[in-house]
Amino acid sequence: MKRTVGALLRKEMLVELRTLESVPGMSLFSLTTFVVFHFALNRNSIDGDLAAGILWVTLLFAAMLGINRLFVADSEEGALDGFLLAPVDRSALLAAKVLALLSYLVVLELVAVPAFALLLLGPSLDPGLGGLVAVLALGDIGVAVVGTLISALTVRTRARDLLGPLLTLPLLVPVVIAGARASSPLLALHASGTPSGRWLLTLALYDLLFGLIAYALFDFLVED
Amino acid sequence: MDWKGLATPRVLAVATAVVMAAALTLVFFYAPLEAEQGFLQKIFYVHVPLAIVSLCGFIAGGILAIAHLRTGDSRWDVRSYVAIHMSLIFGLATLITGSIWAKGSWGHWWVWNEPTLVSFLIVFLLYATYQPLRFAIEDPERQARYASVFAITAGAFVPMNFIAVRLSSAYVHPRVLGATGNLPGPMELTFVISLAAIALLYATLYSLELHTKHARAQLRALRRRVDERTDVPERASARSAAPSLPLPPRTVGTITSMSGRPRAGREA
Repeated sequence: MKRTVGALLRKEMLVELRTLESVPGMSLFSLTTFVVFHFALNRNSIDGDLAAGILWVTLLFAAMLGINRLFVADSEEGALDGFLLAPVDRSALLAAKVLALLSYLVVLELVAVPAFALLLLGPSLDPGLGGLVAVLALGDIGVAVVGTLISALTVRTRARDLLGPLLTLPLLVPVVIAGARASSPLLALHASGTPSGRWLLTLALYDLLFGLIAYALFDFLVED
Repeated sequence: MDWKGLATPRVLAVATAVVMAAALTLVFFYAPLEAEQGFLQKIFYVHVPLAIVSLCGFIAGGILAIAHLRTGDSRWDVRSYVAIHMSLIFGLATLITGSIWAKGSWGHWWVWNEPTLVSFLIVFLLYATYQPLRFAIEDPERQARYASVFAITAGAFVPMNFIAVRLSSAYVHPRVLGATGNLPGPMELTFVISLAAIALLYATLYSLELHTKHARAQLRALRRRVDERTDVPERASARSAAPSLPLPPRTVGTITSMSGRPRAGREA
């Protein structure tokens, strides 16, 4: 299982490095969105609730770009059929895809969060940085798990570009609620260093619940 | 599961009519006027049961979908579809009645600090994609399987979402009417009867739609046999988001042999 996941993950990384299909697009999208928000809000610097909301909405929409493309190449170029012929556990594909999407999100945030601090955020990021990393990490796991499940669900439908976000956004509302509420005190003018445990717990619970659901249901999505 | 003898649509319809009449009588002539909201509060006896029944229907859709994935029997998928379909209709009614109540008591058509209503909107928006999802998958077997995966995921999402939204509202309205635990006796009785009436209405509509689906499957089978005998090329059936029951195995026979055949889809 571990070796299968490793091999699949290596393949994902190799494909992404060679084609550069997802990550650069996602990062660029987040930068553009910050610029759009600057003009749309007519604000030079933001903090607190507003900052947390903009950061999470931007990351979520950027993630959507990656989620929509996650299984497209596999489905169109026949990699999925090849995988199904191999005598390996199908959950390995789920694990590899979740890890791949998770790494895309981490790279995205390595670009987007500093850019956000530079372009839009009023108060300094330093005091709340550790807490923000924790919140983002827990949020990313949820986004990656749900994104992978929905991506597998919609990849072989017509109008998948439409259905993907329509299904993913409501499912991710709890992540946005918990993520934005947890990061808003970290981005406030007089930032407190630690996010509230209640929201971290909600995020962890969400990750656990949807992790189990994805594990239970993924096999049915790659049956044929 | 053979509920047919027990709960045909006709029996259910009569029961619904009786209980609904009782519930309305109680609502208007027995339940006392609420001190703060007066007559407006009566919408509570419609709105809250609608919401409860609709959410239970969504979760039932998920449970029926589990049965479908476990057995691979497409009849479970049809049941799951019908449950979610009915819940969507009830859900729309919940949102409308909730909106009216909010306008009446708080002066706005929509209030964001009423966590239950907000959660309900999110759940409704999620389930609103159920039919587009089905519609976008052409292979019927895969459509059924993917729809079940969606129904289970969404079913598990319902409680999770309610927890998250409830946590998010630091300021919760004084919920005099939200919780049934602290209702005075006559109000509680009225509420329970109203809940039963709405649940029966749901069951009636659910079984009516299932019966329609069976009838349609039988009609399709009969029509195909007629077409076979008259050498009409097979009709292309219109693509639909709604699942249909499987046709009985294709046999070349005479019309007279049909009377002895078991009728398709009688079991459910």
